[in-house]
Amino acid sequence: MEVTINNIRKEFDKFAALNDVSLKIASGELIALLGPSGSGKTTLLRLIAGLDYPTAGQVFFGTEDASHSSVQERNVGFVFQHYALFRHMTVAQNIGFGLKIRPSATRPPKAEIRKRVSDLLDMVQLSGLENRYPNQLSGGQRQRVALARAMAIEPRILLLDEPFGALDAKVRKELRRWLREFHDRTGHTTVFVTHDQEEALELADRVVVMSQGKIEQVGSADDVYDRPQSPFVFSFIGESSHLPVDVRDGTVLFQGEPIGVSEGTNTVGDLFFRPEDVELTDDPHALFGKVTACRRLAGTRIAEIDIANNGHAPFHVEVEVPLHAPIELGSEARFRPTRWKIFPGQK
Amino acid sequence: MTASATANTAGWRMKQPSIIPGFGLTLGFSLTYLSLIILIPVAGLLWRSAELGWSGFFAILTDERTLRALYVSFGTAFLAALVNVVFGTILAWVLTRYRFPGRRLIDAMVDLPFALPTAVAGIAFAALYAPNGWVGSLFMPFRIAFTPLGIVIALIFIGLPFVVRTVQPLMEEIDREVEEAAATLGANRFQTIFKVLLPGLTPAVLTGFALAFARGVGEYGSVIFIAGNIPYVSEIAPLLIVIRLEEFNYAGATAIATIMLLISFAMLLVINLIQAWSRRRYGNV
Repeated sequence: MEVTINNIRKEFDKFAALNDVSLKIASGELIALLGPSGSGKTTLLRLIAGLDYPTAGQVFFGTEDASHSSVQERNVGFVFQHYALFRHMTVAQNIGFGLKIRPSATRPPKAEIRKRVSDLLDMVQLSGLENRYPNQLSGGQRQRVALARAMAIEPRILLLDEPFGALDAKVRKELRRWLREFHDRTGHTTVFVTHDQEEALELADRVVVMSQGKIEQVGSADDVYDRPQSPFVFSFIGESSHLPVDVRDGTVLFQGEPIGVSEGTNTVGDLFFRPEDVELTDDPHALFGKVTACRRLAGTRIAEIDIANNGHAPFHVEVEVPLHAPIELGSEARFRPTRWKIFPGQK
Repeated sequence: MTASATANTAGWRMKQPSIIPGFGLTLGFSLTYLSLIILIPVAGLLWRSAELGWSGFFAILTDERTLRALYVSFGTAFLAALVNVVFGTILAWVLTRYRFPGRRLIDAMVDLPFALPTAVAGIAFAALYAPNGWVGSLFMPFRIAFTPLGIVIALIFIGLPFVVRTVQPLMEEIDREVEEAAATLGANRFQTIFKVLLPGLTPAVLTGFALAFARGVGEYGSVIFIAGNIPYVSEIAPLLIVIRLEEFNYAGATAIATIMLLISFAMLLVINLIQAWSRRRYGNV
């Protein structure tokens, strides 16, 4: 099911949790809503589900305007961070609930419900646990029951609110891979909310980066990581450092000095670069600063460098250095960004 | 055989002392306290009624007046507890789910039956529900006061806070997400409440029922004013005990008390077993 969100605005007591958000979700897509807490990602998910109503704007399911349909009418599968299982029901009863409560006209016969429940249990790899109660399951198992329960009603779209947020790191990784396979097999349009960028980048076809009630960028993992379109995306996704610069006559100046980096248009703004996009150099036209810390990170080393700032608090940047590079604490390091982006803005 | 091997093979053994000290002391204190307050008085009761011998005990048990009094006591307490389960749960629902002016006041009022001398409540009820009282006159010729119905009303008053106060905390813990989950699965409000929310409250409701029921069986002060105390009709067992005492028939009084005790204990035991069962199923509720 294709979902279109048109100019959605949502206010809570005059505070705009979402401000003019538009998004098109293609049928069968796996989309991540990524952002820090308070960015409005969960609000957006709840608006799609119909658990909240927008102050302005519309939600379309296909060509149908669903903006004012109730959550029951929308027929969406929703998975909550804390599972929200019915604890007085067995696993099988939980999964069958959505079918069992249908009015008799649309309710499948008992045998068929039973069959569907056992199919779903197979699909989430929990066969044999149908008579357990939720409190007899582990967190990962509970979340899979919640997913099976949401899938039982054959939802038009599957929505997951921080589905792995309450699980420990190992289970989270397993379930992530499992969800990806599950999605590839079933082909359901799926939207999930997360604040974990690794999760979003690894899992989603497209990532929607949100901040302060707005969409900052929509794109594939490569897009948002390699071609961030805003300072927020650049600093939120992955590691990065930034320095205030001027661009004059094609040369980038930091504190009035050229740093061996050139740029097309004249501007005043912030130079962003990632730790891995830096080379150490002897060139006098380069950034330099004092190494204040050095830490090992898997296969590389990260040096923290303080650049003097005329008596003000120094600029702090992080650069990746080769393991064999002669970097010592307290020594001076010269370096130059090899890939960077300048976002115009006030200095 | 070593000590540890013995401990492992033993079918039953004391719990290993934990890192938290004071097990011996607190258990000793608990047992002493329990003995002084409950066990010794109850044993005295049994001892005293044993003076009658089996035949005497049996004669009192099968006496028509005793049977009717027991029937009235347990029957009215049961009905009142049932009513309290329904209205106490609704009241708890209103108090936890909605914010309205005067909520705190109503919340405080729920505890009044705990604090008010029950005789005062009984007198008030009798005045109100008597055939010439404000409420009672409306229902004439149907009589409320001085019938078992009057007893039920007094016991509803007495038992209400037990249900409200046991259900309320659990209701407050209900996760909003559970309701929303039910809604996304297509459940309407009615189905959400009756199939999802209330079944989850079963253990708490049972506890409330047990407490209200137990309190109702033992209630004396408020009932005697509104009951009319007509033998065979609206005479409760505790009153019959007092009557026997006033006749200096101590053995007779303790015999009725013993019967009450046994029935109450059996019923509470059954309710506790149901609770334990539902707790095992639903986890720690």
